[in-house]
Amino acid sequence: MVQRIVVDPITRIEGHLRVDCDVDGGKVTKAWASGQMWRGIELILQGKDPRDAWVFAQRICGVCTTVHAITSVRAVENALKMEVPLNAQFIRNIIQGAHAVHDHIVHFYHLSAIDFVDIVSALKADPVATSKLAQSLSDWKMNGVGDFANAQKKLAAFVNSGQLGIFGSGYWGHPAMKLPPEVNLLAATHYLQAIEFQRRMNKVVAILGSKTPHIQNMAVGGVANPINFDSQSTLTLEKLHYIKELIDEVGEFVQQVYIPDVCAIGAFYADWTQIGRGVVNYLACPDMPVDTKGEKLSLPGGFIKGADLVGGFNPIKTFNDAYFEKGVKESVKHSWYQGGKGALHPYDGETIPQYTDWSDDGKYSWIKSPTFYDNRAQVGPLANVLCMFAAGHEPTVRWTTAALNTIAMHLKTPVGPDILHSTIGRHAARAVRAAVLHEEVGKQWTMLMENLGKGDFTTYNKPVFPKGEIRGFGFHEAPRGILSHWVVIENGKIKNYQAVVPTTWNAGPRDEGEQMSAYESALLDTPVADPEKPLEVIRTVHSFDPCLACAVHLTDTESRSSYQVKVV
Amino acid sequence: MSILVLGLGNILLSDEGVGVRAVEAFQAQWTVPDGVDVVDGGTCGMDMLDIIASHRTLIVVDAVKTGAPVGTVVKITGSDVPVFFRGRLSPHQLGLSDLLATLTLTDEAPGYVSVIGCVPASMETSLEMTPGIAARIPAMVDLLVEELRSLGVSLEPKAP
Repeated sequence: MVQRIVVDPITRIEGHLRVDCDVDGGKVTKAWASGQMWRGIELILQGKDPRDAWVFAQRICGVCTTVHAITSVRAVENALKMEVPLNAQFIRNIIQGAHAVHDHIVHFYHLSAIDFVDIVSALKADPVATSKLAQSLSDWKMNGVGDFANAQKKLAAFVNSGQLGIFGSGYWGHPAMKLPPEVNLLAATHYLQAIEFQRRMNKVVAILGSKTPHIQNMAVGGVANPINFDSQSTLTLEKLHYIKELIDEVGEFVQQVYIPDVCAIGAFYADWTQIGRGVVNYLACPDMPVDTKGEKLSLPGGFIKGADLVGGFNPIKTFNDAYFEKGVKESVKHSWYQGGKGALHPYDGETIPQYTDWSDDGKYSWIKSPTFYDNRAQVGPLANVLCMFAAGHEPTVRWTTAALNTIAMHLKTPVGPDILHSTIGRHAARAVRAAVLHEEVGKQWTMLMENLGKGDFTTYNKPVFPKGEIRGFGFHEAPRGILSHWVVIENGKIKNYQAVVPTTWNAGPRDEGEQMSAYESALLDTPVADPEKPLEVIRTVHSFDPCLACAVHLTDTESRSSYQVKVV
Repeated sequence: MSILVLGLGNILLSDEGVGVRAVEAFQAQWTVPDGVDVVDGGTCGMDMLDIIASHRTLIVVDAVKTGAPVGTVVKITGSDVPVFFRGRLSPHQLGLSDLLATLTLTDEAPGYVSVIGCVPASMETSLEMTPGIAARIPAMVDLLVEELRSLGVSLEPKAP
């Protein structure tokens, strides 16, 4: 008998994603991913001054404000063929790296760990045994008996108060929960510690961006941070050294807590290395420019076809990369927009809403379906790590190998990169990426200091808009994957603007050729023990770190913001 | 005294941004003393944790859905606030109530929370609010001023 499960919304904090699954014989046999709100940034920006686009773009989403700001100014700079001062590149790079490390820590501990960690079971753990276990995994300074005993007391008070709040949609006692009480307490304690450390990384963004949650320092042509070592109201040496201190503290947490935890939890859930594979074409862009033209980038990117890290890898090299620019199209065949023209390039993209009811074989989402040379692609930290690994990026190879070796040690059997094409693999890749980015942020900080030491304090080049039509694109490897903005400018005003966001790549509906997206195909064959509590479905979707706020937009306050599962 | 006035909303979606717009109007008309911070939180995620944690008192200014007619302006205080969060009257509460729950875990939740709200008419994609809701901004600012004064804050109007 086929049962239809509807999970809506599926995200724990930003919830506008609906997932439908047909379950037959304890497994998912068909899946549909749908964005439930419509996206309209393109229409708002038409006719606006391109220098202001980033201000509006960072309002698309409450979680990824900075990434839209950076991508927007890159798109306009690309259209103008502008150079950006080195200091501005380094400052933007530090902001984006710090934001991503913060985002990855929050995602693992606060948005998805409780898919695998049973908070109630943690209350039964022995703090002494937990501490002994923790110290066998890592040298972290906050793994003492007292640390675990205090955290356990705090959790008990929280659970007993009946105010589950942030743990409200956990599945205590679900048959798919497999961790012993001590591992649950270990993870829950680090959950509390992670709150503190993610905040420190966010301070870096706040200091450089002059404000949070909406940074104020971005500009087409550079950044608006005046640097003057003699004036307290600008970026001073003191502030720059404080930033470095924060970066180093968070690095310890990433290396000694986040990575060991992901490896240990991943080993307990080794069966999840065989679940959630989905689309194994991967797309990621290079990032962290270290020259003024965007031709030299510190972190590599590219496209991997069919999980082949050797023969199937094609690099994307610069901010002007024609291979990337020409490869992207979006289809609306299954989306609630006027279509009929086939898949369109973003420069020619149209966004004309036309809502009809949900139809399994027709239109069922507000999200468009992007393709790369007509291939569906998975984007995100896994795509990013695999592309950097394929390109031979040393820190990525080093951290990936270390993580795989740790998992192999726990399992007492060798494992290779092939286990990464999975639900648990996406979590492992995100932790690896956090470590790689943390190192990179440190390098960018050093380059900034060296450049300032040479007496170069330039942070901004003034843009000049020509008569007639120009077009350009900007990309950024954001926490959820490749983000690209595409702009057509006519006589200094925006004529067309399209944002192709990471969750669009992963969560789109079927495309022009009926191929499934990463979400939809990753859910196929997922085991479901209890259709009333589809924890397994949620695990796979959460592993992508869904954020629909920018894939589509909020129009409906009537929408249910409490978590719902319907078995139809 | 450390008070945070937090304007929430998405200014890309017409009336949905009424909280942010009200806070902007308040800042344009009133001089705020030290100890009171006014922040445009947009659609507020984990980024706001630090800012909320460093204040004892939180006044949320937001679009709300109370079942009252469109354009109704409300002040919610005291024991009605938890109900506001349970009922999820605003689309931003998912982020905000999660943040407050997280701050409870770290013993940093504000001791006092109140809400100044307005029931929106439209959530269409637009940078402009509907005229009827834009006209309610002064009433929201008045309620905010009244709330701050009841908390012992002395406010001075800015010269026009």
